[in-house]
Amino acid sequence: MARDQLFASLRAARAVVVDDITQLVGNTPLVRLHRIERECPGVELWAKCEFANPGGSVKDRAALWILRDALARGAIRPGMRLIDSTSGNTGIAYAMVGAALGVPVTLVMPENVTAPRKQVTTAYGVEIIYSSPLEGSDGAIVLARELVAARPDLYYYPDQYSNPMNPGAHYESTAPEIWAQTGGRVTHFVTGIGTSGTVVGTSRRLHEYSRSIRCVAIQPDDALHGLEGMKHLPSSLVPAIYDEGVLDDTMWMPTDEGWDMSDRLAQEEGLFVGHSSGANVAGALRIARGLARAGERGVVVTILCDRGDRYFVPLQWEKHYIW
Amino acid sequence: MATVHIPTPLRKYTHGKETVVVSGATVSEVLANLEAACPGIRERICDDSGKLRRFVNVFVADEDIRHLEQLETKVHDNDAVSIIPAIAGG
Repeated sequence: MARDQLFASLRAARAVVVDDITQLVGNTPLVRLHRIERECPGVELWAKCEFANPGGSVKDRAALWILRDALARGAIRPGMRLIDSTSGNTGIAYAMVGAALGVPVTLVMPENVTAPRKQVTTAYGVEIIYSSPLEGSDGAIVLARELVAARPDLYYYPDQYSNPMNPGAHYESTAPEIWAQTGGRVTHFVTGIGTSGTVVGTSRRLHEYSRSIRCVAIQPDDALHGLEGMKHLPSSLVPAIYDEGVLDDTMWMPTDEGWDMSDRLAQEEGLFVGHSSGANVAGALRIARGLARAGERGVVVTILCDRGDRYFVPLQWEKHYIW
Repeated sequence: MATVHIPTPLRKYTHGKETVVVSGATVSEVLANLEAACPGIRERICDDSGKLRRFVNVFVADEDIRHLEQLETKVHDNDAVSIIPAIAGG
């Protein structure tokens, strides 16, 4: 199908009419990064706008797949609550999907997740239980497991770090979309690891379309980092869904490089995105630059996980923090 | 003496301890004494020019030193100084 025809048909698809908000999950736009691309002539740089999901992040896909599967299997019975540990975006996604599908939600998150994430989840009516800000997301995982062990009758625990529906969502939706949206021309897929669901599920399916597509994961380069949502596996509990075998390579990203790219994306492309998105594009650009230097062409695709307005902006007049 | 609360990613410098008690009249002095007790820890918290890294927060009691006098913020006896990553991680 000619490029212009493809784009015309995709634009029309945005004005859809649906029965509930969960039907707006997925089928996100793919945007070309023409200005960032000036650093890698001959190579195309594309970013998938996962912030366009109705809950505002890529996690909508995992949350929907997880909840739909749990309801279909009868794992969530009347009177039960969904509980999980989440650095924020999954919580917001569960909150939205839970509200839309009628499932009450309890979230365990570290006290030092950004304020916007706490406010958004409570707007959907969730119950939040806070874990130690010194223990990070691993602390939230441990606390969630303790709560579930104490009340197995009350809680359904989907465990996003172990649930195959998490990478399954990307295997079934994200990967086919990327394949179709690039007309089968994608040569490289690169994205960060949080739970690893996106990179594992998408890579697994992309390799089935074409084994020559290079799939690269990005991790923060240090245990102490500022790339919210991403995981430094060497110092963390490794998610059960992580499958290093589907990856062709791993890249280590300094926080500053990711943050700086988030700033560039807003200023040069009009994309106000979060820090993990900045890290993803910084990683994609490293790969694209390498191809350009070698005189090779390529179609490099990455993920814009969420918008920048979910991130920490210390307000000058806030002397005392309310966690 | 102040009690410094150490986040998980930095506990490899403190032999696994969650808190370290050090002296210091300002945050700067506390970090210098912390470095003496736990070599290598300060360069994770501060960059080459000695400033606090962008993604690390330091609290004296419950106040962010960025809203006080930065590294010159005064630390009183028995104060809790908390080193908290700006984010919770994945």
